[in-house]
Amino acid sequence: MTMNLNIEVNGKTIQAKSGETVLTALRRAAIQVPTLCYMEDLLPTGACRMCVVEVEGQRNLIPSCAYPVADGMKIKTHSPRVIRARKTVVELLLANHPDDCLYCVRNRNCELQKLAESLGVRERRYTGEKSEHKIDSSSPSIVRDPAKCILCGRCVRVCEEVQGVSAIDFTKRGSKTVVGPAFNEGLNVSSCINCGQCVMVCPTGALREQSYLKEVINALKDPNKYVVVQHAPAVSVTLAEEFGLKPGTDVCGTMTAALRSLGFKRVFDTSFTADLTIMEEASELVHRIKNGGKLPMFTSCSPGWVKFVEEFYPDMLEHVSSCKSPQQMMGAIIKSYFAQKEGIEPGKIFSVSIMPCTAKKFECQRPEMLDNGIPDVDAVLTTRELARILRMRGIELGALAPEGADTPFGERSTAGKLFGATGGVMEAALRTAHFMITGQEMDSMKIQALRGLGGTKISHVKVGPLELGVAVVSGLLNARKLLDDIRAGRKDIHFIEVMTCPGGCIAGGGQPLGTNLDAVRSRMQALYKIDREEPVRTSHTNKWIERLYKEFLGEPLGHKSHELLHTHYAKREAVI
Amino acid sequence: MVSMNDNIDAILSQHRDAKRDSLIPILQEVQESCGFLSREAVLKVAKHLGLPAGKVYGVATFYNQFRFQPQGKFHIQVCRGTACHVKGSAAVLESIKRTLNVEAGQTTRDGLFSLEVVACIGACGLAPVMCVNGEFHAQLSSDSAKDIINNYKKQEVKS
Repeated sequence: MTMNLNIEVNGKTIQAKSGETVLTALRRAAIQVPTLCYMEDLLPTGACRMCVVEVEGQRNLIPSCAYPVADGMKIKTHSPRVIRARKTVVELLLANHPDDCLYCVRNRNCELQKLAESLGVRERRYTGEKSEHKIDSSSPSIVRDPAKCILCGRCVRVCEEVQGVSAIDFTKRGSKTVVGPAFNEGLNVSSCINCGQCVMVCPTGALREQSYLKEVINALKDPNKYVVVQHAPAVSVTLAEEFGLKPGTDVCGTMTAALRSLGFKRVFDTSFTADLTIMEEASELVHRIKNGGKLPMFTSCSPGWVKFVEEFYPDMLEHVSSCKSPQQMMGAIIKSYFAQKEGIEPGKIFSVSIMPCTAKKFECQRPEMLDNGIPDVDAVLTTRELARILRMRGIELGALAPEGADTPFGERSTAGKLFGATGGVMEAALRTAHFMITGQEMDSMKIQALRGLGGTKISHVKVGPLELGVAVVSGLLNARKLLDDIRAGRKDIHFIEVMTCPGGCIAGGGQPLGTNLDAVRSRMQALYKIDREEPVRTSHTNKWIERLYKEFLGEPLGHKSHELLHTHYAKREAVI
Repeated sequence: MVSMNDNIDAILSQHRDAKRDSLIPILQEVQESCGFLSREAVLKVAKHLGLPAGKVYGVATFYNQFRFQPQGKFHIQVCRGTACHVKGSAAVLESIKRTLNVEAGQTTRDGLFSLEVVACIGACGLAPVMCVNGEFHAQLSSDSAKDIINNYKKQEVKS
C-alpha cells in the first residue's frame, strides 16, 4: 500500500499508510518512542503504556502501538505531559523491583534500567511491597526470577505465538500476578523446550540462561583436566556484536585465538561435526528412500525441537533422524577417537562447547548423551557467556591476530558452516545426498528457495532420477502447522529441516541481547558470504571427514557410527 | 466408590465438543463436584479443550472462586465486603490466618480448616462476619474469631 496519509508529528509532517499503527509510522520516520510490551510482527496488547503519545482532540493519551493513524492527525511524542506519564509508569514498575542492579546479569543491558535513566528517574517516589518469589533454577537451561519480572508478557507471547509451546503464562491476579509454568512448578517439569526465546525478549533479568561459567573456569584451572572447546557455526558471525563491532563480522580467527588465551588446550570447530552430521544424515535419508523407511524425515540438530516432538508429537518420533546433533557428535569423537589418538583418558577431558543456544545446555545433560556415565559434552556456554568471560579476562578480540582451529576437527566445509542459518542444514544435506545418489555434484550449490528468513520454505529439488519435496521451517509454531498437515496425510514432502528459533541458530536463545532483525540478517549474509567465497563447499569433500571415516568410523551408518553418533528418542512426560 | 477422576470424566463427557469458551463453566462444575481443582483435574480439562495446562491454570488462579486444595472439615468464609471492611474485617482475617497458620485459599495440614475470602455475603448488619460450614458468626473481633476457631477445634477433639 502506498503512503497515502499525512500526519503531523511534533510540528513536522510525515507520511503514513492507512491501516498501520501510529507507532509503525513513527518508527519509520525514526522518531523514538519507548516500548516495553510491544513486539514486532505480533498483535499489540497495549498493556504497558510506555508508548503513549498526545493526539490533538483526544482527551487521554493514546498508546501508539495499538492506535491506527488517521489523515491529518496531530501528534506530540515528547510533550511534558507524555514524558510525565511515561516516567510515572517506570516509577510504578520500580516500586516493587529489587534494587540489585549492580549484581544483576542485565546490568547496563536492561530495558527498565535504560528507561529509568533516560526519563530521569532519580528518586523513589513510590514504594511497594517487594515480591518474595523464589528463583526457579530447576531447568538446566533457563533461570526464572519472578521478583524481577515487570509483567510485560513478551515471554508468554513468544512461547505461545512464535514457538507454540505455552510453557508459561500469567497466573494469579493483580499485584500477585506471576508469570510461570502451570501449578507454579519448576520449568524442568513443564513443557519448556529450553529454546531461550523468552530470555531474548525479556526486558529485565527475570529470565536468563543457566550459567556454567564457574564450572568452566574451575576446569580451566584444574591441572588434572584436559580442557577442550568447540564453537558452533553461528557463534563466529555473532560474537563481534558483543564487542561493538558491526553485525555480520566474522571473527572466527580472532575468537580461536581468544579461546586459546583463555587456556583451552584445543579449539575445535563444530562445523566439522556439522559435516559429519551431514554424512550420517544424508546417508540415513538415502537409506530411508531406498528401503521404504519412514518419510518425511526430520532433522535432529536442534534440541528444542527434539524435546518438542517428544512432548507434543511422540507418534511422529520415528520421522526424526537418529543422528545426534553436531555438538554431541563432536563431544563423542573427542572422548573416543581424539582421546585414543592423543593417549588421554576420556574421563580427564573436560569438553566445553560455545553455542548460540540455551537448549544445548539441556541436550548435553540428556541421559542418552552419556557414554558409560561420561557425558559427551561437559559444559555449554552461550555466545553471551563467552563474551562475559572474555571481558572478565581482559581479552580484546580486536587486539588478537587470527589463528586457525586445531586438527583433527578444525577443518570444515562451507556446508557445515551454513548450519548456523535456517535452511543451511537442508542445503548442506542436499549437496551430499545428491552426490550419494547420482555420484555427481549439484550443478548449482546454492538453493535460493531455501534461503532467507522466511518461517516456512517449501521447494522441490531434482536429485538425479528423484524429485525430492523439501521443507525448511523455523519457529516451532511453523513446525506445528507442518506436523499437523503431515499427520492429516500430506505426502509431497520427503525431508524437513526444523530449527527451533525463528531464523535458525543465528537468532538462537544464547545470542547477544538487544539486537534486532537487521543484525540477524547480517549474520545470515556473513554465512552466505563464507559459502560463496571458500572452495570446499560440500561435507563429503572435507578431507578430514574422509580421514575420520578411514581411520576410525569406517562408513556412514556403520557400527561405530551407530554407537557414537546416533541415538533414539522416546515419548516424554511433561505438563503440556 | 466413585473416584474423583470418574467425576471429572463424567463432567467432560457432557461437554463433548466444547471449545475454550467453556473453560470456566467446566472448571466450576469440576470444583462443585470435587470440592477443589486438583492437578489432575486441571490437566484433564486442559487436554479436553486442547489448551495448554499453563493457560488453564492461569485462568483458574485469576479467579478467587477456584481453590486448589481440598476443603477442610470446617470451611471458613471470611467476608471482606465494604461494610465488614469498615468494621475491621482485615484484622479479623489476619487473626484467623495467624491462628490457623494458613493463607486464604489454603487448608490446614490436619485437614480440619480451610480458609476462603469472599466479597459480600449479604449479612452487612452483622459486620464483620464469617461463616463456618454455613453457620454465621457476627460482630467479630480478632479475639472472638480466634475463640470461635478454637471452639471448633475443641469440639473436634471431644468427638
